[in-house]
Amino acid sequence: MEITILFISLASMGGIGLVLSMILVIADKNLAVEEDPRVEKALEVLPGANCGACGFAGCAALATALAEGKVSVDACKPGGKEVTDKLVEILGLEEAVEFAPKVARVFCSGGLKEAQRDKIYTGVRTCGSANLVGAEKACLYSCIGYGDCVSACPFDAVRMNDNGLPVIDLGKCTGCGECVRACPRNIIGLTGYEDVVHVYCRSRDKGPVVRKICTAGCIACKLCERDDDTGAVTISDNLSVIDHEVNKAPVMAVKRCPTEVIRISDPVPGHEKLFEEKTKLLQEILEKESKEKKEEPEKK
Amino acid sequence: MEVFLIFISAVLVNNFVLSYFLGICPFLGVSGKIESATSMGFAVTFVLTLSSAITWLINNYILIAFKVPFLEYVSFIIVIAALVQFVEMFIRKMSKTLYDTLGIYLPLITTNCAILGLALFGALRKYGFIENIVFGIGAGIGFTLALVIMAGIREELDLADVPQPLKGAAITLILAGLLALAFMGFAGLISA
Repeated sequence: MEITILFISLASMGGIGLVLSMILVIADKNLAVEEDPRVEKALEVLPGANCGACGFAGCAALATALAEGKVSVDACKPGGKEVTDKLVEILGLEEAVEFAPKVARVFCSGGLKEAQRDKIYTGVRTCGSANLVGAEKACLYSCIGYGDCVSACPFDAVRMNDNGLPVIDLGKCTGCGECVRACPRNIIGLTGYEDVVHVYCRSRDKGPVVRKICTAGCIACKLCERDDDTGAVTISDNLSVIDHEVNKAPVMAVKRCPTEVIRISDPVPGHEKLFEEKTKLLQEILEKESKEKKEEPEKK
Repeated sequence: MEVFLIFISAVLVNNFVLSYFLGICPFLGVSGKIESATSMGFAVTFVLTLSSAITWLINNYILIAFKVPFLEYVSFIIVIAALVQFVEMFIRKMSKTLYDTLGIYLPLITTNCAILGLALFGALRKYGFIENIVFGIGAGIGFTLALVIMAGIREELDLADVPQPLKGAAITLILAGLLALAFMGFAGLISA
């Protein structure tokens, strides 16, 4: 009796399985979708770690986007130059696209000393949790300071300084973007190696509001916009924004920033010369202007 | 009349999502936009209707006929998995954009408990063939209804001034709770 039940179970389940699989095989043949053969090849070249650093769900999603030409071939940062070169070959691109390496930078200057705190937070000490209720600092665009970026960094390149702001070791940073995704307030951004000048504030509050709650915030005074003659600096939504495609180093914008949020950045290792040059250029401009100012009252 | 009652009961009174709390995952995941919610609803309705027919046949002509009812879960899951695979191929062929919008939630219909729940309810309540199919269609329409209502509210919610701590998932869950409460009002519609 028990043997029969066993036999019946096997036969019925096997039968159901067989019939369904046959239907699926027929359906698969009739409903097949033609895929770009380059997708599969691109997928083979990609690291296959599915790390998500490119912003897609995984390597397969990136391969599809690459074949459709939706993203730049250097989208896979962890893969580096090697992968990019192979992808250029597979995708049949005529121009060799140079791999543009990136580093992460923290765009907030409001540490414990600069930014006012108007609340007390006693919950779980991660930025993600604190951000849900507004965290301690009055500025809702500021760094929360609990170090989600530190724990997110797979290369041990981020640490918190005494002022409660994250500092990125540019020598160790690979530009994978894990910290960018970890930051609930989008303060960390990926920047090109040669982008020298940055706005170290992300506050979209109006000037008077920023003045009240932080001594190192962009107050949208428009001095930078006026000083820079390359058109790379604009004020939008109460925040100064630099377009690095127009000008990588609009040093003129730095000179009169009253809260010093527009700064020449720390140099990326290997590119110190460029940063030094720009700093010198700025100093020369400042010296020249201070001389002119001194001369003016004498004339009067 | 009996059949009509089963239908109304599955759509409103015993709505799978809002009364039985089955299929919550796509209910929260795909209810961002009315358009994708509708398509998801129809995909699930399709799977529900077909699976209600096939599982009824399997249950009555194989499981009960050969006295192996303990194979219920296994055989139902196989049928559902195959159906979802079929729907996935079909949607991929018909509309690439729809395929991309539904994303991971499409294969996840396999593990949508509403579908296994329907098959098991049907077997438990000993419905006839037609009744079971109507039950399946009703459950599917009820699921679609819940999804579309939720998506409609969430689209409006984008314009609302939600307090900071409640933004995102929190307000969505509160909404789902309120919607379920509202659907409890249908309980007096049929005394069954």
